[in-house]
Amino acid sequence: MYSVLCMLALVTFTAEARGVPRLEKVEAFDTPNDRGGSITLTWPVRSDLPKGTPFQIRIAESRVGPFHTVAEFASSEPELLSSDPATFGHTEQNNSRQFHHISSYSPVKDATVSLENEMTYYLRVDIEGEPSEIIEARAYPNYFDWSKLNNLILGSLFSAAILGYIGLARRRDLTIRRLPGLEALDEALGRATEMGKPVLFIHGLHDMGSPSTIAAVNILGQVAKRTAEYDTLLKVGNRDPIVMSVSQEVVKEACIEAGRPDAYNSDNIFMAAADQFSYAAALEGMMVREKPAANLLIGYFYAESLLLAETGSATGAIQIAATDAYTQLPFFVTTCDYTLMGEELYAASAYLSRDPKLMGSLKGQDLGKGIFIIVLLLGTLMSTAGISWLTHIFTSY
Amino acid sequence: MPFFQRTLPLIVAFLAGIIGIFTYYIPVAHTVEVETSTWYRIIAAFAMFLGIHSLLHMHWYRIRRQQAGWGYSLITYAGFTVAIILAIYNNGQGFLSPMATGTGLDLNWMYVNIHVAGGATMFSLLAFFIASAAYRTFRARSTEAVILLLAAIFVMLGRVPIGAYLSDFVPEFAQWLMDVPNLAARRGILLGVSLGAIATALRIIFGIERSYLGEEGN
Repeated sequence: MYSVLCMLALVTFTAEARGVPRLEKVEAFDTPNDRGGSITLTWPVRSDLPKGTPFQIRIAESRVGPFHTVAEFASSEPELLSSDPATFGHTEQNNSRQFHHISSYSPVKDATVSLENEMTYYLRVDIEGEPSEIIEARAYPNYFDWSKLNNLILGSLFSAAILGYIGLARRRDLTIRRLPGLEALDEALGRATEMGKPVLFIHGLHDMGSPSTIAAVNILGQVAKRTAEYDTLLKVGNRDPIVMSVSQEVVKEACIEAGRPDAYNSDNIFMAAADQFSYAAALEGMMVREKPAANLLIGYFYAESLLLAETGSATGAIQIAATDAYTQLPFFVTTCDYTLMGEELYAASAYLSRDPKLMGSLKGQDLGKGIFIIVLLLGTLMSTAGISWLTHIFTSY
Repeated sequence: MPFFQRTLPLIVAFLAGIIGIFTYYIPVAHTVEVETSTWYRIIAAFAMFLGIHSLLHMHWYRIRRQQAGWGYSLITYAGFTVAIILAIYNNGQGFLSPMATGTGLDLNWMYVNIHVAGGATMFSLLAFFIASAAYRTFRARSTEAVILLLAAIFVMLGRVPIGAYLSDFVPEFAQWLMDVPNLAARRGILLGVSLGAIATALRIIFGIERSYLGEEGN
């Protein structure tokens, strides 16, 4: 104990002799909005120090040490609080303090220890060996991410609007705008029926966890019902085995719903390939050999979009694409007869079913878009005038 | 309505949706998220067997019926068989050892020398497909096509040295096209997509949308 005190006194004396004032007003606290295991350290910006002055953040499990180095950097390197509004919010003072999140330290070389929840740690910031006061802090798991409060409120309001419109749709008819791509779906299926050729449905590359694939599967249900009614062969090329299994069930149920259980053949909803370009090659080969009358490219696509759509276009098939992959939209617009862009993909299932409740949700979507347009205009005007609170409300973290 | 075919999937969809939403806002529930993603991976592993069965069954059917292009189905079978043999042989180390690095007869060697090469070939075809698609699109038959053509010319010129050689304005204008009109349209699409995805999620969580169960929404 005596030797530790002597060492501390010696270090203090040495630093003061060099004339480096110690860092004051250092604060340490549990990092907010996280799942624990992290402490945040903040301190005021020291503009009086020469550029490149070394800082050391040190941590210990007891007040008397031993202190282990967590991070070393030049005084100007740590970011300002204003660079992390999710943690520190938006205040003027955020431009005058720096911070560092600590989640682990190395007591010995090549060994890393993660911070434990609810254990007291002792921290200090050294400038050229001059230690700040020692402060203690604990890490806790947080039960709510307050940085996402705006997201929760806006999402709840939007959900309430959609559910409200669904309720309204039960009481009276709602009209929604025409979607020419979906109006053309019956035309495409009718053409396939007349020609006696199959309809090829292509899901895209995402798995069942993607909203666009879920939307595609919903549309598949409607398409399968119509093809079963028209007695037209429907082929579904899959890249993901789970999507394939779900698609098989969807088509099977749709055939039963249409009163044509015999129209279902599990071999027609097949696994084309698990790899992007193998998938494209398999389906292109099918397009060239079997010449489907209609190709429906619905889901999320990457570089294979043009390979598929251009091959389909060359075979003379009527093509309808629906995707929320904005990078692939130009390719579909140029090669397909109809393209459903962005949210139209999500509207398609409701539009095709003509179910009033589903149509109500489309109205809710349109209301949300209307509000966003107003907010965007207002936000642009206010930001131009230097008022930023509206931007902060709509910032996602 | 049979319980296992209708009610249970709706309950599972509701619970999965609600849990997914809450884990987004509750940091301590992160373990639930990790756990469910592990479940998904396990299910996906089993589903892969279904996928393999579907693939092999479809190609077997084509070979048996000698449908158009059945020779390609034979190649699929040959590729599948060789891949399994190489995975088991694993450059002489056996399939219980870690996967060999591709220096000898092993699955990595096949992957790098056949699969990657084949994928690159398919990808390179894109250049020709883009050219033919662009030819059809850029024929200036309407005002929109003319605008598209001009924008494409500026963006393409702005991305190559000859654009800057012609004038400093060309790359700057190309960048402006990408940063302002293009980005604005992209963000507009993304906003619509997000709203659409939320609406779809709500319809599924509350059992209003049941097309994925093969029935209408009523």
